[in-house]
Amino acid sequence: MQNIKKTQQVSFKFPDSKIPVQNSPRDGFLVIENVSKVYQTPKGPYTVLEEVNLDVKEGEFICLIGHSGCGKSTLLNMVAGFSEPTDGEVRLQGEAITEPGPDRMMVFQGYALLPWKTAFENVYLAVNSVYPKKSESQKVAITRQHLAMVGLTEAADKKPKQLSGGMKQRVSIARALAIRPQVLILDEPFGALDAITKEELQEELLKIWTDHRCTVLMITHDIDEALFLADRLVMMTNGPHAKIGEVLEISFPRPRDRTRIMEDPEYYKLRNYALDFLYHRFAHDDAS
Amino acid sequence: MSVSITPRKKRNKQAVGFLPGLLADKKSRKIVAPIIAIGFFLIVWQLFSFGPDANLPGPIKVVSQTWELIINPFFDKGATNKGLFWQIFASLQRVAIGFTLAAIVGISLGIVVGTNGFLFDALDPIFQVLRTIPPLAWLPISLAAFQQANPSAIFVIFITSIWPIILNTIVGVQQIPQDYVNVSKVLQLSRREYFMDIVFPATVPYIFTGLRIGIGLSWLAIIAAEMLIGGVGIGFFIWDAWNAANISQIILALVYVGVVGLLLDKLIGFIAAKVVPDEQK
Repeated sequence: MQNIKKTQQVSFKFPDSKIPVQNSPRDGFLVIENVSKVYQTPKGPYTVLEEVNLDVKEGEFICLIGHSGCGKSTLLNMVAGFSEPTDGEVRLQGEAITEPGPDRMMVFQGYALLPWKTAFENVYLAVNSVYPKKSESQKVAITRQHLAMVGLTEAADKKPKQLSGGMKQRVSIARALAIRPQVLILDEPFGALDAITKEELQEELLKIWTDHRCTVLMITHDIDEALFLADRLVMMTNGPHAKIGEVLEISFPRPRDRTRIMEDPEYYKLRNYALDFLYHRFAHDDAS
Repeated sequence: MSVSITPRKKRNKQAVGFLPGLLADKKSRKIVAPIIAIGFFLIVWQLFSFGPDANLPGPIKVVSQTWELIINPFFDKGATNKGLFWQIFASLQRVAIGFTLAAIVGISLGIVVGTNGFLFDALDPIFQVLRTIPPLAWLPISLAAFQQANPSAIFVIFITSIWPIILNTIVGVQQIPQDYVNVSKVLQLSRREYFMDIVFPATVPYIFTGLRIGIGLSWLAIIAAEMLIGGVGIGFFIWDAWNAANISQIILALVYVGVVGLLLDKLIGFIAAKVVPDEQK
């Protein structure tokens, strides 16, 4: 536990890497400032997160990694507006986030599709609610277009029960993107999928992100997934009193090709560094 | 359905007779087996009623003594002297009014209380006490309040059937998965959309469980209430027959009461099958 106290948020760079320090003018698009979250429990206050600071640039793809219980979901829930920080502030374009809204759409861990609605109806519900002024045919067109984008034109009239896990996640992504959020929040979206579907969806997500360029915050447990997708990998220390341990810049050129990246020696440096962080320096309590 | 671990024996299809054949087929067994059971019951009943000091008539005597009532359910000789159809119809009318009111009030109240933590904490203990009060215990209160027999009976139906409807609706609302609530929050659904697209479909199976229990209870209550308040109705018909020492009529009425109760339950089940989304069953 001692080393946790020493850790500060540092933008990690390899001494030998040539990552340029980016200071784009769009800095401060999404700002997480001194955020702490304390839950009151019968045994007294329980501090999940303490003094978390993160600046996210517009259009950036951020992955969060950390052991379970480190407050990743708590942090993203505060960005989504489901809960408010006990201390500090989350700001989107300078405005404090106080409640959930479609500008920060979430792809939920369990897909959160309404089981009594078809894939089409699930997406349409979102479109209809967010664009009340558009005509019926426009809303239908937007819905169809986004279902097509994730390759679900055929399955549009199926209900979630008839869809595989990967297809459900596609519907969930289509629903999220159809309302053009400024920030897309994904809570471990591919955790429950098999390896092949997972890779397919990662590639689709990356392609869609390249086309639409929204800001992405994504929780993952998979270092390879993060290295393939993210611009930066935020590594969290263990809870309680979790904070951002280090932020790893991932500067592989885009569009990224999985095989090419994996051949890059840099890939293994980053990977080993992240592994070392997670399994040695901040090994989970069970393991230590 | 039972799960058999040992492999099923192959049936010898050539050797089976007519009845064993019907029983071997699972579908026809559903019909044939109860008929056998009823037949067996009637025979035993008949045998018991042959005894010298039997107080109750056997099935043959019941049918012969009530034959007029069986073949002629629609007669109407004024006052309470009406055919069994009209007696049951009168009871069903009371149930329909009382139960419909209970459903409307119960579902609305259940949704409000289920979505409001304060109201739930405030009212749940009261509901838990009130629901244990037997239907007939409400009758004197309701007679005192309404001063008339018919509204009192309807109130007893209402107050009997409302508790399971309220309590099940509350549970239904409270069990709406947090994910669905979060979806509605992030999409900022209007209250109407939230209710129609999320609360109602998620809660409707629970509502129907409550309605099904409620209709059963209200049919139980109406018979008892009518015995006390009199007038046209199957409950008072039974009481009237008892005063006339006509046991056969009572037995016939009991059969009708049972069948109607079953049909009411099936009716709610049928509506539920139409209304509840497939995914929620």
